[in-house]
Amino acid sequence: MSAIIALRGVSKHYRRGNEDLAVLSDFDLDIEARDFVAIMGPSGSGKTTLLNLIGGLDSPSSGQIVVVGKRLDELSGSALAHWRARHVGFIFQFYNLMPALTAERNVELPLLLTSLSTADRRRRVAAALELVGLADRARHKPGELSGGQQQRVAIARAVIADPTLLVCDEPTGDLDRHTAEEILGLLQALNRDQGKTIIMVTHDPKAASYASHQLHVDKGRLVRMDAAGA
Amino acid sequence: MSVLKYLPLLRANLWRRRIRTLLTFASVATAFLLFGLLMALRHAITGGIELTGADRLMTMHKMSFIMSLPRSYVQRIAAVEGVRSVTAASWFGGYYRDERATIVAQVADADTLFAVYPEIDLPAAQHAAWLADGSGMIVGQALANANKWKLGEVIPLHSNIFRKQDGSNVWDLRIDGIYRNTAGGDTNALFFHYQYFNETRSFGRDRVGWLILRVKDPAQSPAVARRVDALFANSDAETKTSSERAFAQSFINQVGNIGAIIAIVVGAVFFTMLLVTANTMGQSIRERTAELAVMKTLGFRGGQILALVLCESLLLTLLGAAIGMLLARGMAAGARQALQQYLPLLGVPPGAMLAALAIATVLGLLAGALPAWNAWRLRITDALRQGG
Repeated sequence: MSAIIALRGVSKHYRRGNEDLAVLSDFDLDIEARDFVAIMGPSGSGKTTLLNLIGGLDSPSSGQIVVVGKRLDELSGSALAHWRARHVGFIFQFYNLMPALTAERNVELPLLLTSLSTADRRRRVAAALELVGLADRARHKPGELSGGQQQRVAIARAVIADPTLLVCDEPTGDLDRHTAEEILGLLQALNRDQGKTIIMVTHDPKAASYASHQLHVDKGRLVRMDAAGA
Repeated sequence: MSVLKYLPLLRANLWRRRIRTLLTFASVATAFLLFGLLMALRHAITGGIELTGADRLMTMHKMSFIMSLPRSYVQRIAAVEGVRSVTAASWFGGYYRDERATIVAQVADADTLFAVYPEIDLPAAQHAAWLADGSGMIVGQALANANKWKLGEVIPLHSNIFRKQDGSNVWDLRIDGIYRNTAGGDTNALFFHYQYFNETRSFGRDRVGWLILRVKDPAQSPAVARRVDALFANSDAETKTSSERAFAQSFINQVGNIGAIIAIVVGAVFFTMLLVTANTMGQSIRERTAELAVMKTLGFRGGQILALVLCESLLLTLLGAAIGMLLARGMAAGARQALQQYLPLLGVPPGAMLAALAIATVLGLLAGALPAWNAWRLRITDALRQGG
């Protein structure tokens, strides 16, 4: 496997009462480094489950998952947590910021898991907020920011520890068209300028058009993978 | 993990529901304020026991503390093997102006008092003056301060037990000395001469209230006590000899089992406090389920989340305890000024501060245990789905 993300025969089942629910079945996938992939599909198709497995938030029922050189299906919960902190940045639909913390404290959170000094943490937080254009909102709490600004803070939090991979679950699903385009432009810039590999789940074909590849999932199976504009 | 870098996070989480946090702080602080005050009261009542001499025995009437003994027992006990010195004392039942404000006034043998109580510190000149003055007395520093008494002043001391032969219950006593206590004990008492008292009183002549013995070897105290009691067995006034500590304890036990009363009250208060704090922590963590899941997503391990929740709970109880104990110290110090005459040892002892620290730690851990356990077990995908 030379790809940065490689799935082989991955299945994921959930038990609901006596029923065994197959969400992903025998899934194979390769994604190269520096790629920007949009995962699309109808509700319940398994795209969020796929994203969670790639991001190390969930474990497969069977199969192999290798991401950034690690067999995730073999890691313990604690080792997975450590791996996520080093290699993955997460961006959610509803931003998922800590409402009691200021923007800069939210962005700083992943750095608390490192051995960086307070001064170094502050420097990196300032740079990350500068990158997303929110240097002047550092002391604002999420409730004092617009949706687009909150998502920018979430992006700053996702990139602060310089991860290899960005995992985005409907990052523009809660934003108006204009703001959504700004956020997607920002993600595209991170992919293009900083070489971040981005996996993004979206329902929106317009959002998906920002990606270099579109991956279509239905009923837990990979239907097809298109290059952008295809 | 270094706790300091998590302080802003802990503070922000505690402060997000200010009213709830303040009310919980108030309940914790109130519980520890009560604890501190009760410990101060216990110290005031029982603190004297800690200061009792290990080499001192008390001999009193076998039937009751209020029954007197013949004064001749002093010489007979002095001859008992193992006794270094012996002195006699009687309870005068004294008061100064207010009959309800009893003064610890004791009738003493000036010749032997200091041999038995070496911690009574009286300047040599005042000591000599008292020995030479038959109607003189020595007064403890605290008692003198409380009544603003000065050396040389003549104090009309009333008794609510004894009367003089002329029918009066007032003894005029001159202050010949003001003593301190080198062991840090109570100086809220006065002593005057047995001879003057015995010659002037209308009843109970040649009797004393109790005797205090100093033994040569504290290890031999039980044997000396047995010898003394055997000496007066089958007499008109049989004796009961016990250590000064046991005597003081039995005296205090007349009030009730102070330790048990305090343990029950404090136990109930802390149990209530535990429920309040656990409820606060439980609510707080339930409200933050999605946030904790996000923290786990970012790479915080289950153990780190558990530790953060416990730290939050500890912060609540330790800060609340600190506020409560500081208030208790302040209030006890204020009350001591007003009650110097009755409770001279009133104050929160250092041991109580350490006990409060230990209790607050245990309560903080207990209150945070269940929420911390739930946070530790939290499954990211389930919590994020629930949190939207």
